[in-house]
Amino acid sequence: MSYKALSRNQIAWRAAQDLEDGMVVNLGLGMPVLCANYRPEGREVLLQSENGVLGVGPVATPEQEDRDLTDAGSQLITLIPGASIFSSSDSFAMIRGGHIDVTLLGGFEVAANGDLANWDADMPGKGPLIGGAMDLAVGAKEVRIMMQHNTRDGSPRLLEKCNYKLTAPSCVTRVYTDLAVVDVTADGFVVREILDGLSRDELQAKTGAKLTFAPDCGVLKTPAV
Amino acid sequence: MIDKRVASIDEALAGLGDGMTIMFGGFGGAGVPINLMRALPGTPANNLTIISNSVRFLEDYAHALFEEKRVRHAVASAARSRGAASGISEIQLADGTLTLDIAPQGSFAERIRAGGAGIPAFYTPTGVDTPVVEGKEHREFNGRMCVLETALTADFTLMRADKADRYGNLYFRGTQGNFGRDMAAAAKCTVVEVREIVDGLLPQPEIHVPGVFVKRIIQLPDARDA
Repeated sequence: MSYKALSRNQIAWRAAQDLEDGMVVNLGLGMPVLCANYRPEGREVLLQSENGVLGVGPVATPEQEDRDLTDAGSQLITLIPGASIFSSSDSFAMIRGGHIDVTLLGGFEVAANGDLANWDADMPGKGPLIGGAMDLAVGAKEVRIMMQHNTRDGSPRLLEKCNYKLTAPSCVTRVYTDLAVVDVTADGFVVREILDGLSRDELQAKTGAKLTFAPDCGVLKTPAV
Repeated sequence: MIDKRVASIDEALAGLGDGMTIMFGGFGGAGVPINLMRALPGTPANNLTIISNSVRFLEDYAHALFEEKRVRHAVASAARSRGAASGISEIQLADGTLTLDIAPQGSFAERIRAGGAGIPAFYTPTGVDTPVVEGKEHREFNGRMCVLETALTADFTLMRADKADRYGNLYFRGTQGNFGRDMAAAAKCTVVEVREIVDGLLPQPEIHVPGVFVKRIIQLPDARDA
């Protein structure tokens, strides 16, 4: 058997399918912001950006571009009807105060108890960058992580214990990778979906902590986006 | 008569000196006081503490301040320079020329808000069990461990808005407001560069920051066009 790992866009498509009608969602920089392109039709999902926007619309077309209207990643954005703009402290009142249903963030490592490390990968000569990650990790009702299942050299990122400095302890509820959808439960990692053609043993071998497979574990399928 | 308009950058930055703390508004390229930043190396400002969400903007627009080692401490949520190579602030962080208080962005914003609101400190759950709050006072509230964060204030805030009137009332376009809204109240002298100082006074629905928080306004073109 052989399998084809998901692309970044496919991981984003899969994560976006779990955003429900009425949710307020913060998308982190990098892969998470791609989810905005794959929101299922017919669902009203309000996107929050920590620079102070609720109701982020699609990325601006060249005709729409306005340099004074950006998201937290400096992308020029549009607003949806009903959008609001506010101060940084109000933005984090929204985040820390429990008013965000889901945050989708990138990750370096996730531990089986839900610990998250996503801000300091010990890059030599480079300064630290926290941004809003720590506040989102403690404040959002759910923290879902999108990342490659393994590092470039093949090391696992799903671990018993994080090696890098933590962003927050015990906060992650679900991880979307290029190989699987994995929940973090009181009993550790539980696989909900696995790529077609990838065996359970192979997935376990690519993971640094024990995996349990849900009784209804399904196939991780996405369109060619 | 209340009139906070100033005609020159020299006048706008008058009073900056040794050992001062300066806050900078701006996020994602919006609300960055680029004109005022560019003028800083030409002032007597020295031994500075800078409070800016990202150190990078000052590095971009006032590089000489770092070259001349006039920034000694930074409070920021991001201290990463552009590109893969080390930037001058990263080199100075490594060699100890520059010290850093790295803060989660929400704690950073709230410390500034508190500073402007007369609140000396507050507890937050953000950062608990991470190295960034090591050594800070911890206390449990409602079963949740929190950490004490102290307020930030400054001698000067430099920021950019779209429009102002002579009272110092400010109107922002898009996401220009970001940290500036909180920083305006947290400094003794808040200086705002704007695209337009209007004739007369702004109508109430257009006032995003009450002029009471602002000391000086100066009309300067959008430096991103330069």
